[in-house]
Amino acid sequence: MKYVIAIIQPHKLDEVKQALEDVEVNLMTVSNVLGQGRQKGITEIYRGAKEVGSLLKKVKLEIAVNEDFVEPTIQAIIKGAHTGEIGDGKIFVLDLGECVRIGTGERGGIAIG
Amino acid sequence: MNTGDTAWVLVSSTLVLLMTVGLAFFYGGLARRKNVLSIIMQCFIIMCVISLQWVLYGYSLAFGPDIGNGIIGSLAWAGLRGVGGQPNADYAATIPHQVFMIFQAMFAIITPALMIGAFAERIKFSAFLAMTILWATFVYDPLAHWVWGMGGWLRNLGALDFAGGIVVHVSSGVSALVIAVMLGRRIGFEQQAFRPHNMSWTTLGAGLLWFGWFGFNAGSALAAGSLAANAFVTTNTSAAAAGLTWAIIEWRQHGAPTLLGTVTGVVAGLVAITPACGFVSPLNAIFIGALASIFCFLALTKIKAHFKYDDALDVFGVHGVGGIWGTIATGLFAEKAINAAGADGLLFGGVHLFFVQLALVIVAVLYALITASIIYKIVDQLIGMRVGKKEELIGLDLTQHNESAYTVLE
Repeated sequence: MKYVIAIIQPHKLDEVKQALEDVEVNLMTVSNVLGQGRQKGITEIYRGAKEVGSLLKKVKLEIAVNEDFVEPTIQAIIKGAHTGEIGDGKIFVLDLGECVRIGTGERGGIAIG
Repeated sequence: MNTGDTAWVLVSSTLVLLMTVGLAFFYGGLARRKNVLSIIMQCFIIMCVISLQWVLYGYSLAFGPDIGNGIIGSLAWAGLRGVGGQPNADYAATIPHQVFMIFQAMFAIITPALMIGAFAERIKFSAFLAMTILWATFVYDPLAHWVWGMGGWLRNLGALDFAGGIVVHVSSGVSALVIAVMLGRRIGFEQQAFRPHNMSWTTLGAGLLWFGWFGFNAGSALAAGSLAANAFVTTNTSAAAAGLTWAIIEWRQHGAPTLLGTVTGVVAGLVAITPACGFVSPLNAIFIGALASIFCFLALTKIKAHFKYDDALDVFGVHGVGGIWGTIATGLFAEKAINAAGADGLLFGGVHLFFVQLALVIVAVLYALITASIIYKIVDQLIGMRVGKKEELIGLDLTQHNESAYTVLE
């Protein structure tokens, strides 16, 4: 089992979601986050006072998948989020120790999908 | 008695009360999320406290019969004794005395509320409350008497302040600076960004201020006639010129015009036209507004940046500087052709008025500076003015009022 975390541009969420659904990955958690990568922040000005390096709005997806789905998930996120511009985002893949479905008490790979 | 005049001044009174609500949102949006309710609460509690103070003794101190030397009114009208349905010809011959009184009450309310922006995000609520009552009693009421009260010594000198450039804006702007400096900077000043948490609210507040300002300025004519019309037109014209000017300055200086800059300019223009609106022409209101934005912009980006005082929401930079400019501008642009009861300014050959207006500024600045610092010292000794470090970091909403504006979880 793997835990896939992706940081993407907010406006690419719908395309990523569609690409994931196309490879039958339907379960995900999405949150609004702030971040800064190679793109660096932007400058805001309030009454003449410059605030350099404001963090940019991003969207974070968290998806737990079984081994067979890891590569399709990664490819789907890339397909949906890629523009080639700086700031497209990143994907992190972590080992996942356990997964429990609260409703039934099922554990492991069967509880993921 | 005139029903049209009475209706207009009653409506104007409600407009001016709504300005304090607008101010609550204007300042509330500029504050951080953890302090927004403390700002709005301070505005609302002032509406309660000063309404009572005014009825009980404030109105009498400011407008009551002079005790003889032009310094203060007597307590003869305390509790509104004798202030009823009959007009008082000294102030407004065509409306009930009580209508004049309640119109003035709204000015007494908004003036201390203007100061809230300077000491925002770090003042103890109890200390704020004590300071507000003392300030209203020892700064606002005397100053209103000097400039507007029958027998007031500045009024007798021929000083002109149509709707409160000195009494409202300079007095609060200068006092606010004093309090902000004595209170010290917020934790994290210049190390972290203090961003406005809701610019849309700030804009809504600025819009309500612009709207209410018609009651403030045109209502100060105390009659529904041509003078109110002139004040209305000059007010709108100055606000428009100032808002546009600020946007253009930012566009040139920073590459983009900001909404905050534009609404700040509008407020600066409204402040500056306040003392002048019933004495100057609409065309000269354009100059007054445009220059107000230039002066206030310089105050924020040069003076404040140089001295590094934490006037959190720029009360001095906008109301103090704008009010000083407006009062001097009255001495430049006033013309008897607009208002026969006024005087001619420097541009129309009136040297006397110009120097009286300069004196008015100096007197008001010094009086506010000295009295506000004494009041600060007293309250700081008795109650302690500033919240603790931990309370400041958590925020005033939770630590002073046990509530928060926004839920993160349902």
